[in-house]
Amino acid sequence: MENIEQRIRKIVAEQLGVNEAEVKNESSFVNDLGADSLDTVELVMALEEEFECEIPDEQAEKINTVQEAIDYVTANTN
Amino acid sequence: MNGHGSIHGGMTLENKITLVTGASRGIGHAIALKLGQLGAVVIGTATTESGASTINQYLEKAGIKGMGITLNVNDTEQINNTIQIIREKFGEVEILVNNAGVTRDNLLVRMKDEEWDEIIETDLKSVFRLSRAVLRAMMKARHGRIINISSVVGAMGNMGQTNYAAAKAGIFGFSKSLAREVGSRNITVNCVAPGFIDTDMTRSLTDELQQNLIQHVPLGRLGRPEEVASAVAFLASSAAGYITGTTLHVNGGMYMD
Repeated sequence: MENIEQRIRKIVAEQLGVNEAEVKNESSFVNDLGADSLDTVELVMALEEEFECEIPDEQAEKINTVQEAIDYVTANTN
Repeated sequence: MNGHGSIHGGMTLENKITLVTGASRGIGHAIALKLGQLGAVVIGTATTESGASTINQYLEKAGIKGMGITLNVNDTEQINNTIQIIREKFGEVEILVNNAGVTRDNLLVRMKDEEWDEIIETDLKSVFRLSRAVLRAMMKARHGRIINISSVVGAMGNMGQTNYAAAKAGIFGFSKSLAREVGSRNITVNCVAPGFIDTDMTRSLTDELQQNLIQHVPLGRLGRPEEVASAVAFLASSAAGYITGTTLHVNGGMYMD
């Protein structure tokens, strides 16, 4: 089983259509990985699905980098 | 031979899961039947139990897969429950037709706050609520059709209908904005704007008023609900794949864009 970090990097790469090697922990979805606002919504949807959780909109808005996604998922899933 | 396909020219909706609000009578009834005849699975909503059972009856009679369901389009929770029921029974909504609408006509000088609010809520805010409820699944599917039934009144205005005209004109702006938001996900958002159509709404007018209206229609008659439904079917079909953010006017020429 892959760890949270690996799973998130894979999802980010898939959703944003970038090479997994480009996805660094400090990467910003919008500034570094070329996501638009709709992409970030879809990314959150994909995270919700992968980790079987629901991310409230006010939390989702704070997830702007790969690390922030890792932190959120780590703190909010078992 | 390939008769079926060529007759419809891409206008088949085979097994497309379609939600039509306000489907128990009038234009909504015609839309539900037309889309169903083209192969769609049709879920029609009505505000009352008897309306929902009317929908069930006509769908069954026409051999169309789907169901009638009661829904108050002003209630977000009910909307979410309805989408959930559809998801469990049939799958995600692929085509949404926002048709439900009411009128509360009055001259502006006499119009009550409630008359204004009710129309904006039921005729405009419901479009926002339902579109939002189906959008995530459409984004994920990279396909979707949202068709909003506006009115000629939203484009040209009508005495005694400031509330209705404002709501119906609001639908145009809403549709254009949403079309821009989700175009990259292959979701199209369009309007159909009926003119004076032969339904209960227009039958309640006096003969004199009806004759007066018809004088302003180059085609010289009221429209039929089926003629509105045909426009909706076209926009729902793959034949209209490159059309978004626009309005199809179905009004016999009484208003020309």
